[in-house]
Amino acid sequence: MSVNTRVLEWTETDLGVAGEQREVVRAPASVLATPGERVDPTSPDVVRLAADLVATMRVSPGCVGLAAPQVGVGAKVFCVDVSEHPKTREHHGTFVLCNAEVVSGSRNEKAREGCMSVPDLTGDVKRPSRIVVRGQLPGTGEEVELEAEAFEARALQHEIDHCDGLLFLDRAAGAHAVYARKTYL
Amino acid sequence: MTLHAITVLGHDRPGIIAETTDKIAGLGLNLEDSTMTLLRGHFAMMLVCEGPADDAEIEQALAPLTADGSLTVTVREVPAERAEAGDGSSWVLSVHGGDRPGIVSAVVAVIAGVGGNITDLTTRLASDFYLLVAEVDLPSGTDVAAVESELSRVAADLGVGVTLRAAETDEL
Repeated sequence: MSVNTRVLEWTETDLGVAGEQREVVRAPASVLATPGERVDPTSPDVVRLAADLVATMRVSPGCVGLAAPQVGVGAKVFCVDVSEHPKTREHHGTFVLCNAEVVSGSRNEKAREGCMSVPDLTGDVKRPSRIVVRGQLPGTGEEVELEAEAFEARALQHEIDHCDGLLFLDRAAGAHAVYARKTYL
Repeated sequence: MTLHAITVLGHDRPGIIAETTDKIAGLGLNLEDSTMTLLRGHFAMMLVCEGPADDAEIEQALAPLTADGSLTVTVREVPAERAEAGDGSSWVLSVHGGDRPGIVSAVVAVIAGVGGNITDLTTRLASDFYLLVAEVDLPSGTDVAAVESELSRVAADLGVGVTLRAAETDEL
């Protein structure tokens, strides 16, 4: 796997605006079940949203990613940062993508996922552990394509799903693969 | 708030869930938690519903399901239970091997012996192959290595394989 250095070097300071914390919405908010709109990554509103997503991720304990629908905005924008997570292998640090999609994926692995927007449930989800993702950076709008693996690949797919109006529960590995959460964050 | 635990057991056929939930909805009950599976081909469903009807009314509404003798329905009012937000840890226990009497009792005795709580359990027998998968909560401070060692000892006596792995959740 090769790391995309353009994405790796990107930081939220590139946005040029200070992000503000937004409130995270929880299921059954309809925005979480509605496909987000494609956005103009150069528009000031999208740049502000990108900065706010990163700011909100930063203040949420254990949070490695946040998608616009999770702050009540039906848009295809998300941020991730898995750099501090123990399951991470190669990664791209903090970045935001707009209009992102998974181009290809391989090597399915099953893992149990939890989500800030569904705090009372966890579920087993099978996802490719090596993927190629294409999207646009907010601000400049430049198109980037990156390879991700392991935990970063899982986080990216979880956030892209949010942008498409899907929760991890939509991909539950079976009728008995959803669990009541026992320990609270 | 009144909760009712309902069980439906018996010969499987298409439409049992549709009929059961239609009667429940007709009484204005809210179907809260439920689980259903086939056990050796038998339909087995358990539901907890909340609503104003009493047990007798629910039994009466579900009576058509039992009319031909192929299904058994029970209805019982139950108290509300609070899920404990414990400080223990979650594990998945898997046991598999050749079928013989006593596998489940021997293995779960190890869990019970350390105050562990099983929160989900499935066992399957496929010809002579036996499988057990359980979700287990172990209390904080449990010596997990000792539990694993005891499970291995019990499994060796039974001639089956056992694994206990952490049910980690990826927070995304």
